[in-house]
Amino acid sequence: MIEIVSAARCIGCNICVKVCPADVFDPVTDGAPVIARQDDCQTCFLCELYCPVDALFVDAQAEHSIAVREGDVEAAGLFGSYARAMGWNRGKPGGAERDPTFRIRAAMQS
Amino acid sequence: MAADLVTDVLIIGGGPAASWAAIEAAKTGIRVTLVDKGYLGTSGAAAPSGLGTWWAPTREGRRASAERRVARSFGLANVPSALRTLDEAHNGLEQLSAWGYPFPNDDRGERYIPNLRTADYMQFMRGRVRAAGVRIYDHHPALELIVADGVVSGASGVARHSEEAWQIRAAAVVLATGGCVFGERVQGASGLTGDGYLMAAEAGATLSGMEFSAQYGIVSFTSASNKGLIYTWATFMREDGTPIEDRGEDRQVLVAHALAGGPVYARFDNVPPGLQDDLRSGQPNILLPFDRAGINPFEERFPVMLRCEGTVRGVGGIRLAGDTGATGVPGLFAAGDAASRERLTGAISGGGGPNSAWAIASGAWAGRSAAAFVARVGRHHQTRTARVLGGVRLRPPAIDVVKDEMLPINRNFFRTERTLTQSLATLGDAWTTLRSTAPLKGVAALRSREAAAMTATARWSYTAALHRVESRGMHRRLDAPATDPAFASSIAISGIDTMHIVRDRAPAAEQLAS
Repeated sequence: MIEIVSAARCIGCNICVKVCPADVFDPVTDGAPVIARQDDCQTCFLCELYCPVDALFVDAQAEHSIAVREGDVEAAGLFGSYARAMGWNRGKPGGAERDPTFRIRAAMQS
Repeated sequence: MAADLVTDVLIIGGGPAASWAAIEAAKTGIRVTLVDKGYLGTSGAAAPSGLGTWWAPTREGRRASAERRVARSFGLANVPSALRTLDEAHNGLEQLSAWGYPFPNDDRGERYIPNLRTADYMQFMRGRVRAAGVRIYDHHPALELIVADGVVSGASGVARHSEEAWQIRAAAVVLATGGCVFGERVQGASGLTGDGYLMAAEAGATLSGMEFSAQYGIVSFTSASNKGLIYTWATFMREDGTPIEDRGEDRQVLVAHALAGGPVYARFDNVPPGLQDDLRSGQPNILLPFDRAGINPFEERFPVMLRCEGTVRGVGGIRLAGDTGATGVPGLFAAGDAASRERLTGAISGGGGPNSAWAIASGAWAGRSAAAFVARVGRHHQTRTARVLGGVRLRPPAIDVVKDEMLPINRNFFRTERTLTQSLATLGDAWTTLRSTAPLKGVAALRSREAAAMTATARWSYTAALHRVESRGMHRRLDAPATDPAFASSIAISGIDTMHIVRDRAPAAEQLAS
C-alpha cells in the first residue's frame, strides 16, 4: 500500500488527491499531501503514474503497512520506477504504442 | 456541485462501462452527468490492470470465437448474446482506434487491437467523456436511487471531500458501479462493494448468476496483483520443494487444494527465452511486486495465495432484459460488472477479455437505451415529487462479518450445504442486528451503505449457491460434485430483507429462442 509522499520531491500539485480512486490522501496547505486513510489503499500503483515528479512510493504488500525508509527507496532508484517501465512521463501517458504484449499472448497460445 | 442538479441521463460509476455509456448517451445531444465514487480514469478493476480484450477482425472469426466461448459456459451462455457483445465491442474498439488511442503494431507492422493498457485506456476515455460534453463529478458516490411515479429519476449521495449531501434528478439512470469483491484486497477493487446491486434491488430489479461469485486469483506473497497471465509459465511447489502435480485442473483449483495442506510456492521457471524482456516492458505491473520485494521470480520461489474476485471475475449481477441494458425497472439501466454476464460466459469467469468486451458493449447499449428512454418517455419525471429508495445502512462491523464468510477458500471457493447455511445465518444476523438507526452523514453514510451492499451481495450469492445443488463451473459444491442437467438454467434472485428465487425452467438456449 501507499507508504511515502516524499516532501523533498513533492511540488504540492495535489494531483494524487484528485486521482486516487480510494481517496487516501488529504491536501495540506503549502505542503505535501498526507496519507490520511492508508488502510483504504488498493495498491493499484496508479498514483505513482499520475505523479508528475515521482514523489510517491507504493509498496506491493497489500495487507499491512510496512516500514519503508525514503532514503532506501531513493537509493534503490524506486521512485518513479513503475512510470518509467510503463513509459509514462511527468504524469502523462506514454508507451502504449510500444506495448509488446502481443508477443506474450502469442507465446501463451503456442 | 450545487446541492441539487437536473440532468437527462445520470451515469453512476467510473470504469470502462460507465465511460462508454456516457459517451453513447451524450451522442444524442442530451445532457449527461457522470458521478463516481472515485475518479473516472483510475476507478474500478480494469484501470490498474492491463486487459486482453475479446476481439476478432472478421464476422466469421467472431462467430467462431463466440461458439467456442459458449461451448465452455456449462450450458448457461448463448451464441447470439456472445456474438452481439463481440460485434458491439468490435465497433467500440474501431472507434477507439479512430479517435487516436495508440494501439501498438505487431511484428508484422499490423495494428494490434486485442490488448488494452488500461491505465492509458481509461485516461484516454476520460478525455473522450469530457469531449462529449458530459459533466463529471469525481469522488461523488451515489448512495440511493430516487423514484417518481415508479420511474427511477435520479440519485442522492455524498461528496467525499466536502462531506456534503447531493441530489441529482434525471430522466434515466445507468448503473455502472462494478461488481463486489467482499472486501478482498485485489488491485482496483476497494470501491467494488456491490453498491449498484443494492440500489437496483431496492428499486425492484432482479439479479442472476449470483452463485457464480467464487472466482479466485493467484497473487504473489501478500500483494494485490491478481494478474494470472504469467502463471501460465509457473511451477508450484510445497515448502520442502516437493512439486505440486498438475492434474489438468484450473491453476486456481490446483492451488486451492494445495493450500489446504500448507504454504504453496511458485516460480516462473517455464517462461520462454526472450519473453522476460517483453513481460518487463509489456506487463510491468506483473513484475512490480517482485522488483520491490527484491525477488527474481524467474529463479527464486515465492509464496502465493488466492484472493477472492467475487462478482468481478465472477459472473453475477443485475439481470438485464435482453441486450439493451434495460433492468426491467422503468428508467433504470445497467452495464459492465454491475450487470450479470451469465448469458455471455455462463458458469466460468469472463475475467479479462470477455469482461473487457462486455464493458464496451453493455456500456454502449445502456447509454443508448437510456437516451432513447428519455426521448420516448420525456423529462417530466425529473421534477415530479419523488422519494428516495433504500435506507438500509449497516454499521461497519458488518464488513468484517462479510469478509469472514466470503473470503475463506473453505467457505466460498469450496461450498457445502452446511457451510452455506451457517454463513447465511451469520450474514442474516448481521443484516438485522447491525442495522444503523442513527442518521449518518458524509463519509460515514458511504461506509454504512457499502457495508449494506456487501452484506446483501453476500446473501444473494450464498442463497443462490444453496439452491444450486450441483457443481457447475466456478460453483463448487463438495456435497454435490457432479454437474446435474436439471440445473442447466439460470437462477434469478430478488428482494432485500426477504429474498425470492426463481429458477428458469427452460435451458438458457431454448429460452432465448422463444
